[in-house]
Amino acid sequence: MRDGIFLYGHYVSVQIKSMMQYKKSFMLAVMGQFLTSFNTFLGMFFMFQRFSAVGGFTYSQVVLCFGIFLMAFTLAECVARGFDTFSSIVRKGEFDRVMVRPRGLVLQVLGSRFELSRIGRMLQAVVMFIYGMRTSGICWDMPRVMTVVFMVAGGAVLFFGIFLAGAALCFFTLESLEIVNIFTYGAREFGTYPVGVYGKNILRFCTFVVPYGLVQYYPLLFLLGKREEVWRMFAPLLAAVFVVPCYGLWRVGVRRYQSAGS
Amino acid sequence: MKKYTSFFRLRFAMGLSYRAAAWAAVSTQFAWGVMEIAMFQAFYQAEPERFPMTLEAAVSYVWLQQAFLALFAAWMLEAEVFESIKDGNIAYEMCRPMKIYPMLFVRALAMRVSRAALRFGPVLLVASLLPGAYGLRAPQGIDRFCLFFGAMILGVLVTVAFGTLVYGITFFTISPEGLRLLVTSAMDFFNGAIIPLPFFPDEMRKVMEVLPFAAMQNVPLRVYSGDLAGAAAARAVILQLVWLAVLVAAGRIVMARAERKLTVQGG
Repeated sequence: MRDGIFLYGHYVSVQIKSMMQYKKSFMLAVMGQFLTSFNTFLGMFFMFQRFSAVGGFTYSQVVLCFGIFLMAFTLAECVARGFDTFSSIVRKGEFDRVMVRPRGLVLQVLGSRFELSRIGRMLQAVVMFIYGMRTSGICWDMPRVMTVVFMVAGGAVLFFGIFLAGAALCFFTLESLEIVNIFTYGAREFGTYPVGVYGKNILRFCTFVVPYGLVQYYPLLFLLGKREEVWRMFAPLLAAVFVVPCYGLWRVGVRRYQSAGS
Repeated sequence: MKKYTSFFRLRFAMGLSYRAAAWAAVSTQFAWGVMEIAMFQAFYQAEPERFPMTLEAAVSYVWLQQAFLALFAAWMLEAEVFESIKDGNIAYEMCRPMKIYPMLFVRALAMRVSRAALRFGPVLLVASLLPGAYGLRAPQGIDRFCLFFGAMILGVLVTVAFGTLVYGITFFTISPEGLRLLVTSAMDFFNGAIIPLPFFPDEMRKVMEVLPFAAMQNVPLRVYSGDLAGAAAARAVILQLVWLAVLVAAGRIVMARAERKLTVQGG
């Protein structure tokens, strides 16, 4: 285990070093990451110039929600980008090389890409979080702080699971499925607003199928003091269980993998 | 002229061959549309009196936007073209017995139209079958439909003319990535891809509506539902024509200058 962490750290440092060889394109990538989610923010900002609330949430509450959700997403994307671009690893036949090495597969794929450029988006998420934290009138006590930590961690694990499942599907299709993007990049866009806003059916989907609601909507209500049930605080931990079937799918995929590429 | 039409046909056929990608895109666009409509509906339910268009108009805006995404999307600026300008391969294109401006224009047009041709049918079909507030309604009146159709053609031409102008400007920079980033996000913001222009505050909207970006998808998508009608619609279409002329002229001038002083780097 310790050995694995050390190895991963080594992977990351190599990646960062190589990225720093091209400082200008790194800066551009950072800027690009920032601009895409900044546009999403602007859309929301201007909606609230016109409307005072949506689904019972005010502007600062939505900013807080978006900030937390975007932090979780960005953490996951930063680490799991190797899974997001996994189809190219499979198609080029690089996965064969991964399999002959005496190390865990997941660890190696994780190490293959570390996207420091997501720092541009992270910065935005943190700024939004701080703004939301100070303006949404929450009295910060221990359970509330813990809730935020759980939301970020649970959300990151959830998105990690989705990236992993998306990669696992590549074993069957050999190409990346665009439909997976709905659950990653689509969720990032629409996670701006608490998912309860989108109506009953979508909330149901986001509770029982892909549990975005458990890391976002339900604990958010507790955080904002709209609801008091304590289970809401721990809901993100339940959502993290989502990673288990995703890993199962990955295992199945690995087992039936028959090499590809040249 | 004939060589440009056959070049168009060639690129169009090329675009049509990516069928699997199109099916995948259809499902994504469909999910995107549903979520977007759910969002607008939430705002509508909260404060209907502040909603700047009818809900039905917003719904048709979203569906048409998703169906014809390939026609107007900012990210459809081709990375391949930027790359070839950067690495010098564009020189091969310039050797061909065609003018560079119309060639790039036709190429971009063919790509957008071919991609849209594969996608809009299924999205519109399913959207029109959806029940209740989520469904896309048929346009009222044949004249409105004709206006919509005309505004859409102009909108695509303006989008392509703008993109080709950007390609032209790229000739004067060594690395196009930064320019591309800025242009795509500005385009998304100002052309109504993120939220339709009527949702912006009034003073801001007045400025945005005369920019070239508003002459892209903004006009056809709002004409369809009648959100933009009468004198306002006529003004918008005239503005589309003006911008098309200006952008094409600017594009040709920039491209001609680029051609004259082009130094190919690399070999």
